[in-house]
Amino acid sequence: MQQITQQPSVIRHTRAGKINIRSGNRVSLVLRSTLWALGALTVLAFFFFDYTGFRPLQAIPETLYNLKAMFLEPKLSHFGWGEAAMQVAITLGLGALATVFGAVFAFFLALGAAENLSVPWLSKSIRVVVAFVRAVPTVLWVLIFAIAAGLGSEAAVLGMLFHSVAYLVKAFSEAFEEVDPKILEALRSTGAGWWQTVVHGVVPSTFTYLLSWTFLRFEINFSVAVAMGAAAGAGGIGFELFMASGFYFDLREVGMITYMILAIAIVLEIFSTRLKSRVYSAD
Amino acid sequence: MNETVLKKRKFQMTLLFLGVIVLTYLSAWITDYGFISSLEAVPGAMAWMASNLLVNGEALGKLPDIMDKLIETIFMSIAATTIAAALSLFLAIMGSKTTMVNRAFGTFSRFVASLSRNIPVVAWSLILLLSFGQNSVTGFLALFVGTVGFLTRAFIETIDEAALGSVEALRATGATYWQIVSKAVVPQGLPQMVSWVLFMIETNIRSATLVGILTGTGIGYMFDMYYKTMNYEVVALITITIVLAVILIELLSTRIRKVIL
Repeated sequence: MQQITQQPSVIRHTRAGKINIRSGNRVSLVLRSTLWALGALTVLAFFFFDYTGFRPLQAIPETLYNLKAMFLEPKLSHFGWGEAAMQVAITLGLGALATVFGAVFAFFLALGAAENLSVPWLSKSIRVVVAFVRAVPTVLWVLIFAIAAGLGSEAAVLGMLFHSVAYLVKAFSEAFEEVDPKILEALRSTGAGWWQTVVHGVVPSTFTYLLSWTFLRFEINFSVAVAMGAAAGAGGIGFELFMASGFYFDLREVGMITYMILAIAIVLEIFSTRLKSRVYSAD
Repeated sequence: MNETVLKKRKFQMTLLFLGVIVLTYLSAWITDYGFISSLEAVPGAMAWMASNLLVNGEALGKLPDIMDKLIETIFMSIAATTIAAALSLFLAIMGSKTTMVNRAFGTFSRFVASLSRNIPVVAWSLILLLSFGQNSVTGFLALFVGTVGFLTRAFIETIDEAALGSVEALRATGATYWQIVSKAVVPQGLPQMVSWVLFMIETNIRSATLVGILTGTGIGYMFDMYYKTMNYEVVALITITIVLAVILIELLSTRIRKVIL
C-alpha cells in the first residue's frame, strides 16, 4: 500500500570516523518516540487500574475451568434450537437494517463530502459532523435513543445507523475521490449535469468498492448488534448471551451461544474476504 | 462493451436491488421494526436530546470523578492495545506465509487470531467477568483478547505487502531467520504497524465504554450508573468527555501517521 520512501540524508560520521548508520531522520524519531511513549503509558497504566476483588491465583484456574465447561460441554437449556435460530435471525436483521439504511444515507452524504464532486464548505462541514458522530460510542447512541424513542428495535437500529453512516461516508467519499478525473471531465464536456456525472460516471466505476465496504460494515454491524443486545437490551442473541451469563450463570449455554455467534461471524468474514479479493482482482 | 453485456449488467443490478429490498422487509418483519414509527421517533429524539442533555453546574461538580474514570479507561485501552500488539507481532510473523517457520505453527496462529477476532468482545467480557470479577483487569483482558485477533490479521497483511522483496534479498545473502525478521520484516512493516496500533487505540477507547457497561468498570460503568438513575446532565457531560478524548487521540494519531507513513 504505502511505499516507504527513504529520505536522502547527509552521511554522518561517528567520532571514530565510521559512517553513522543509526543517524536518524524525523520519521524514525517520531516512530521511536511513539513506541517509547506507548510503552511508558502501558507500564504506567497498571498503576491506575482498579484492582477491587482481583485475585489472579484464584481467577486463572477458574477461567480455565469455565472455558472448559463453555467450549467442551456446550448445551442449550433455557430455550430450544428454534428459538435460538429466531434470536440469531433478529440479530442479523438488526444488523441488516442498520447497514442498508446506513448505505443509502451514506451514499448521498458521501457525494456531498467528496472533494471532487462537491463544494469545499459542504464537504468540510459533513466531515466535521461525521467525525463527531464517530467519536460517540455506538452503545451510547443506542442508549440515548432508547430513552427518547422507547426501547425496541427502532432505538437499536437508529443508534447503529448513526455509526454505520459515519463509517460508510468516510469509506464512500474516499472511493469517490479516487474516480479518474478524466471520466468526470469527459462527461462534463458532453454537457452532462451533476446527477448525470454521478449516475453514469461515478457510480459505475466505484460500485464494486461500495458493495464491498457495505458488506464489511454488515460484518461489523452483526457484532455490534450482538453487543447492543447484551448492553442495551435490544434483543436478539446478544440479549440471550447476557441473560445466560449474567442471570442464570449457565456456562454451557454461554458456550453454545458463543459457538453460534462465532459460526456466523466466520461465515461473514469468509464471504467479505472473497468479495474484497474479487473487487481487487477485477482492476 | 456490447449490448448483451450491458443488458446482463442491468439485469444483475435489478436482481441485487430486489434482493436488498426483500432482505430489508424480511429483517423489519423479524425484528418487529416500524418504518413509520422510527421516522416519527427521530424529531422527538432530537428534541429530547436538545432539552435534556444539557450540562449544568451540579453535573460539573462530578467532573473530577469522571476524569478519573476516563483516564483509567484511556490507560486501559492503551495498555491492552500495546501488549496485544507485541503478541500479535509474534503471531503475525508465525502466521504470514512470507516468514512462516512451518505450516503447523502458521495454521495455529491464524486459528488463534480468527477465534479471538470473531468471538465478539461482548462475549469475552461476559466470559471473563464470571471469574475475574468487577475490576479493571477484566476490561483490560476483554479488550486485549479482541485486539490480538484484529491486529494479527492487519500485521499479516502488512508483512505480506512490505517484506516480500527484502526477505528474498536477505535470504540470498545467507542471513539467518532471526536476522531476516529483525532487519527486514520488522523495520519495513513498522510504520504501517504503528498506524494500525494507533487506529486500534482509538477503537478500543470506544469499545472500552461498551466493555465498561458490561463489566462495571471505567467510564462505561459511570455512564451506566447515571443513565439508570436518570441523571441525564451527568450523562451528557460523560458523553462530551468521551467525544473530546476520542477526537483528541484521533487528531494526535493523524499527525503521527502523516509523518511516519
